[in-house]
Amino acid sequence: MKLLVCISKVPDTTSKINFVENNTKFDENGVQYIVNPYDEWYALVRALELVESHGGSVTTITVGSAADDPTIRKALAIGANDAVRIDAEPSDPYFVAKQIAEYAKNENYDIILTGKETINYNGAQIGGMIAEMLNTPFVSLATKLDINNNLATLERDVKGGVEIIEVNTPFVLSAAKGMAEQRIPNMRGIMAARTKPLNVINPVEQELLSSVVKFELPDAKSGCKYVEPENMDELVELLHNEAKVI
Amino acid sequence: MSVIVFVEVKNKVNKSAMEAVYYGSQLGSVTVITFGDASQETLKELGNYGAENILICRNLKESNDQALTNLIATAVEKVNAEFVVLAQDQIGKGVGPRISAKLNAGHISGAIDLPDTSNGFVVKTNVYSGKAIAHVALHSAKKVISILPNSLVPQLNQKNANVEEFNPDLGSFGIKVKELKSQGDGVPLPEAELVVSAGRGLKGPENWGIVEELANALGATTACSRPVADIGWRPHHEHVGQTGVAIRPNLYIAAGISGAIQHLAGVNGSKVIVVINTDPEAPFFKAADYGIVGDAFEVLPRLTEAVKKFTASQN
Repeated sequence: MKLLVCISKVPDTTSKINFVENNTKFDENGVQYIVNPYDEWYALVRALELVESHGGSVTTITVGSAADDPTIRKALAIGANDAVRIDAEPSDPYFVAKQIAEYAKNENYDIILTGKETINYNGAQIGGMIAEMLNTPFVSLATKLDINNNLATLERDVKGGVEIIEVNTPFVLSAAKGMAEQRIPNMRGIMAARTKPLNVINPVEQELLSSVVKFELPDAKSGCKYVEPENMDELVELLHNEAKVI
Repeated sequence: MSVIVFVEVKNKVNKSAMEAVYYGSQLGSVTVITFGDASQETLKELGNYGAENILICRNLKESNDQALTNLIATAVEKVNAEFVVLAQDQIGKGVGPRISAKLNAGHISGAIDLPDTSNGFVVKTNVYSGKAIAHVALHSAKKVISILPNSLVPQLNQKNANVEEFNPDLGSFGIKVKELKSQGDGVPLPEAELVVSAGRGLKGPENWGIVEELANALGATTACSRPVADIGWRPHHEHVGQTGVAIRPNLYIAAGISGAIQHLAGVNGSKVIVVINTDPEAPFFKAADYGIVGDAFEVLPRLTEAVKKFTASQN
C-alpha cells in the first residue's frame, strides 16, 4: 500500500497571534512551529498504522521553504518512510493543491491523506482540490478508516448520525478527530529521521488565484458582566433583553 | 452578473440556504442549483431571498461530491455565471474546493461578510482558529464563495422564482454511502445557534443530566471540552475547541470549563458567551460576556428553571 500524507507547519496552539508590516504578515517573533495537529495526530498516525498492519510505505509531502524542514523531520521521526518538499511559499490553496496533484499524478498512491484543516488558515480546501485535480473521490472529515484490498471503509459524522462510506482506491480523504491517537516519537525514531530521504523538488508554474491583503484581530470583549449565582432570572432577562440571543 | 447558488433543500428551506441565496443576490442575478425530491412550493420559497431561477436535478437523490461538482459546473456553463455561492457545511466542505479546482476559480473558504469591491474583490474570513480575520482577494475571472453558517442575517428580497428541471449526465463514481447510523435529529454543532457545554468541573459523565436539561429547556445542542472527550465521558463529536469542532453560535454557555486558549479558539466566534465556574480566576471569564462565579451543580438547575419560567411567560 502506497500512502501520501500532506503535512503543513503551523504555529503552536498556544501561540499569541499578532501581525506586523501594516497587518500584512504574521508575527513570527517567539512563535514555535509544529506539524498541523490534524495532519499529524490523525492523518499521519492512521497512515502509519495501516502500513504497519498491511505493509507498504508512507511518504509525506509539504509545499514550503527550508523553514519547514524541522516539522517534516518530526513527521519522519514519528515513522514516515520519506518526505517530499516542494520548494515554494504556500500562499494560495489552489497553488498548493496543484503542486501536490502534479507530484502525485504519476506516483499511483492508494490514498492521499490530509488533516481536516490547518489551524492557521482553517481553509479545509487542499484535499477536495487535489481530489478534483486527480479526478478521484474525496471523503471529508473522516473519523475512521479501514482498508481491505482496494476497498476502503470510512466513517464520518454527519447531520443526525454517522455515515459509513465505501470507496475504491485511489481516493483522497481529510482526517478528523477519532481516526487515531497522537504518537510521541521515540529516540530511535528521532535518530532515524535524520537520515531518511527528504527530497526537495521545484514547483510547477501556477498563477495565484487568491492572496491575503491584510489581517485584523477581532474586537476585544468589552468586559464580563457578573451575575450572582442565586439570580438566574436576571441572567435570562439579560440574555433576552440586552444580548437578544434567546 | 450571473450567480449560481448551490443549496440542499429537503422538506423545508434551512437557514444556510437562505443565507447563501441572499448572499448571491447581493452579487448579481441568482440561479439556484439543487437536487433531490423537494416540492415546487418549498423551492419557490427561495424566491423570498432573491432567487430568480431554480434548477433542480431530480435524477440525483443523494449527495455525492463529484456528481454535485459536475452538476454545478454544468449550471455555471448554462447561465455563464461569474460566481458560485454555497454554504460551508458538510456538503460545502467537500464541494467548494472541488468546484474551485474544476473551474480554475479562486475560493473563499468560510466568508463572514459580503465582498468589498472598492479595490478588487476582497472577502473576510476567519483564520488562526478564529483568533484573527484575513481579508482575502480573489484574482480569477470566476469566483467561488463558501459562506460560514450563521455569519450574516438574510434579508427578504422578494423575487418570483421560476422552477425548472435540470438533469444533465453526471457520470458514475466509485464511492457510496453504505449506511447511516442515526443519532437522532439534533442540530449539528457547527450549525447550532444555542450551545450548552461543560468540562471537567462536572466531575463525571453521570452528572451530564443537568447539562442536557438546560440544553432541552433552551432548545440548544450540547458540547464539551477536550479533556472530557479524551477521557470518554462524552463522544468525540461534541468536543469543541482548536482540535475539535469550531462553532459560532449566538449563545455559548460553558460550565466547569476553565477556558484554555485552545478551547477559546473553537468558541470565540460565539456572539455571546456565558461562563459558569467556581474559580473567579478562571481565564474563561476574560472572554465572557456574562459570568457566574458559582457551582455548576447549583447554577445549572437554577438556570434551567429560570429558562422554563421565561419560555412559559412568552407563550
